[in-house]
Amino acid sequence: MVAEPLLIVEGLRVAYGGIQAVRGITFHINPGEMVALIGANGAGKTSTLKALSRMLDPVGGSIRYQGQEIVKLPPHRLVREGIALVPEGRGVFPRLTIAENLAMGAFTRDDKADIAADLEHVYGLFPRLKEREKQLAGTLSGGEQQMLAIGRALMSRPKLLLLDEPSMGLAPIMVQKIFEVIRMVAAEGMTILLIEQNARLALESSQRGYVMESGEITLTDEASSLLHNPKVREAYLGE
Amino acid sequence: MDIFLQQVINGLVQGAIYAMVALGYTMVYGIMGLINFAHGEVVMIGTLVTITVVTFLLKAGFPVWLAGGMGIVAAASVCMVLGWSLERVAYRPLRGAPRLTPLITAIGMSIVLQNLAMMIWGRNYMTFPSLIEKTQFEIGGAAFTNVQVLIVLVAGLSMGGLLLLVYRTKLGMAMRATAQNPGVAGLMGVNANRVISSAFVIGSVLGALAGVMVGVYYEIAHYQMGFMLGLKAFTAAVLGGIGNLAGAMAGGILLGLIEALGAGYIGDLTGGFLGSHYQDIFAFVVLIFVLMFRPSGLFGEKTGDRA
Repeated sequence: MVAEPLLIVEGLRVAYGGIQAVRGITFHINPGEMVALIGANGAGKTSTLKALSRMLDPVGGSIRYQGQEIVKLPPHRLVREGIALVPEGRGVFPRLTIAENLAMGAFTRDDKADIAADLEHVYGLFPRLKEREKQLAGTLSGGEQQMLAIGRALMSRPKLLLLDEPSMGLAPIMVQKIFEVIRMVAAEGMTILLIEQNARLALESSQRGYVMESGEITLTDEASSLLHNPKVREAYLGE
Repeated sequence: MDIFLQQVINGLVQGAIYAMVALGYTMVYGIMGLINFAHGEVVMIGTLVTITVVTFLLKAGFPVWLAGGMGIVAAASVCMVLGWSLERVAYRPLRGAPRLTPLITAIGMSIVLQNLAMMIWGRNYMTFPSLIEKTQFEIGGAAFTNVQVLIVLVAGLSMGGLLLLVYRTKLGMAMRATAQNPGVAGLMGVNANRVISSAFVIGSVLGALAGVMVGVYYEIAHYQMGFMLGLKAFTAAVLGGIGNLAGAMAGGILLGLIEALGAGYIGDLTGGFLGSHYQDIFAFVVLIFVLMFRPSGLFGEKTGDRA
């Protein structure tokens, strides 16, 4: 294990008006690691991710990335620092073509040759996208849009990939496909924070996991241990 | 028949001007959901700046082409700065405010700019210096001038240029992405403020060109001229589907044609009761009908809940 974590979150608090959605959570992600953050609906997972991706201002706590405090950084700066988010509900640009959506992923980059290489890589991961390159993203199925959103995030050549509920609203076979690709990307050495309601799938793919309940992290362990933890099995794995 | 052809020609020219102005409304609306009611005043200031600069340069003995060229450049520069400042000063602080707030601010800015223009240029009608010697041509009993041809040509080139910018450049792609999903565009590294500023600046340049066209065409200008022109261009944008570039172009041309043909035939239709000076009602009848029966406009694919 590398000494210095890529991301350290300490005492993060997020509130909507008076309601605390995240009540001071602390966790970290090491380089090259895939970490799952699981929990029920409304546990505060997405609020956590929104704070990390700077779409929401936390009321307290610190987010250190590569040793640097990023809690005040505007969202459009994050991607330049190497953080890419695949948002909940995918957020593709419906009236841009697939190729344009992917080009948007590389918006901050100027290295034309490397961008072309990354595009080939993404098309290699998702051949479906290449076939439909010229189509508007709005015409794609939900699963294809999820592929596009992941591909788009990869186009920024991130150091840290944040995935928000990639399985949401997808047919089981599509979920398997998406996770296959996520594992492939992880195997290439990408650092990933995965937020998922599908706890089994998330833990089976990750090295470590955090369990969130009512805005707090209540459990953390190696993913394989969490899979066998009776409390997790009862609450999240439906056993 | 010749009156029909004549009015089609006149309508095309007027419509080209509407289209240029309508683009300014539609670009800003498409990206931030704001109707910038002060846009008509930007056009007016474009016309008045051109008059001042050109008149001065002609008096100083500059050749007509140079004076005209510098007038256009001056108008475009002043309008760019004006559009950019409008957004910076009046609209940006209201980002996230209820939708009615920026709308009322826009109307307020329109009044402020009118009064400012009145203070600078006075209340009187001003003559636009003649830059081009008019020659008349004829086809099928309908007359048109080289000025009219030039207006349509320049409008066509400007609109073509805009489409290239929006659909073929990185800035254009960022603008379209921001219009569709500002939050996610931000995640991609797009600075929304910069995109919004660009929309204002580009719209204002088109507005300045339209202002020069109006001046050259009607040879007369006034500090209140932007108001009616702005309302009609806004109608054109709504007719085409506000937020949609092709819609603003088509809506502008169509509105110009409706107005010209309406003015040409209104006397016959009402048995001489209403004359061609009632031509302004057509734009607003069109606006009412569009809002009643097809609020998303001709090309609009969605009727958003944006005001």
